Amino acid sequence: MSTEAHGPTAGEYIVHHLTHFNSTGHAQSAIIDWSVWNLDTLFFSIGLGVVTLLILIKAAGAATSGVPGRFQAAIEILVEMVADQAKGIVHSAESRKFVAPVALTVFFWIFLMNSMDFLPVDLLPKIWALISGDEHAYLRVVPTADLNGTLGMSIGVLLICLYYNIKIKGFGGWVHELFTAPFGSHPLLYPINFLMQMIEFLAKTVSHGMRLFGNMYAGELVFMLIALMGGTATVFGFLGHVVAGSIWAVFHILIVALQAFIFMMLTLVYIGQAHESH
Amino acid sequence: MNLNATLVAQLVVFFILAWVTMKFVWPPIVKALDERAKKIADGLAAADKAKSDLAHAEKKVVEELRKARESATDVRASAEKQAAVFLDEARAEAARIIAQAREAAEAEAGVAAQRAKEALRDQVAQLAVAGAEKILRKEINAQAHADLLANLKQELQ
Repeated sequence: MSTEAHGPTAGEYIVHHLTHFNSTGHAQSAIIDWSVWNLDTLFFSIGLGVVTLLILIKAAGAATSGVPGRFQAAIEILVEMVADQAKGIVHSAESRKFVAPVALTVFFWIFLMNSMDFLPVDLLPKIWALISGDEHAYLRVVPTADLNGTLGMSIGVLLICLYYNIKIKGFGGWVHELFTAPFGSHPLLYPINFLMQMIEFLAKTVSHGMRLFGNMYAGELVFMLIALMGGTATVFGFLGHVVAGSIWAVFHILIVALQAFIFMMLTLVYIGQAHESH
Repeated sequence: MNLNATLVAQLVVFFILAWVTMKFVWPPIVKALDERAKKIADGLAAADKAKSDLAHAEKKVVEELRKARESATDVRASAEKQAAVFLDEARAEAARIIAQAREAAEAEAGVAAQRAKEALRDQVAQLAVAGAEKILRKEINAQAHADLLANLKQELQ
């Protein structure tokens, strides 16, 4: 983009790439606006969710107790890994029937969404610009680099935690715990305990979503900066783009898998905590 | 970094994906895994059993061989014993037959000799009588001396 004669400045390029294609057609100005939909995030996250399910359902349909093929074995390794982790963290076999599939879905889905980072930063936006006919059409392809995407999932985890809190301890038991843990049962401590509990829930959920978002957002941003280097169309910029781009892409493979794994593990840990009484 | 309705949509998508996975993905895969684990466990157990069976069979074979060898030795020993008995019996029989034959031959020979002796005695007596007749014809009446001659003949027997 920046190679064009009337190309944008580096700042404009970055800002353009960090703007969502949303239902208003222009960048969202308010921090929170519930009337706006990020269509690109929705498209890619739902699309990749469907891909996730297709792959998993294909594996489930082909699952036999006989000799597995390579594809089946690969999925089974993943399932075993998730099942083992779930078994170690959530000690209720009944809950695991739901929690373990949640963890598997989360891992697979986030892994695919994170992997959108490996596509060249300008590839899909350029194609979208050609399709839409708008040269300046906005498009962000990494749903996990959108705070809505990650917070949506972490709030989902929070809801599951609340559900199990009430299911395991009973509503009364859970409310009792809200006011008596972590400092103990004393009328003077009730407000402090309750405040601590609220902070805990908030911190868990926000950090859960923010961690994934921050990593992917930063990764995406670095890819853009590297692309800018190539965009200078000089020998130095080209070499820098190739070298830095390669190194960052290889390193990013680790981040993509690691962040998907961390999100899954924290999902299990938080749900596991919901099962334990203080 | 702005929040908007996408968050709610993402939340809904999250639960739909989780539900589908729970309903259609997790159970068949886990079932297949458990079944395979059971199959493998069964296979290993069967292999162990086959191994112990084989060891057992080998032991039995050795035992049977030992028994067969033992009984063969017994059979041979008893056969040899029996053969010896037969041989002894045959030998005794043969000796008995020989002795009998010898006895019969001896008896026959004795009878023959007796007969020959008697014939000879008769002839000697006749000759003596003939001789004496010739002598006595001249001197003695044969009738008168017949008792004497008969006595003589008796003594020669």
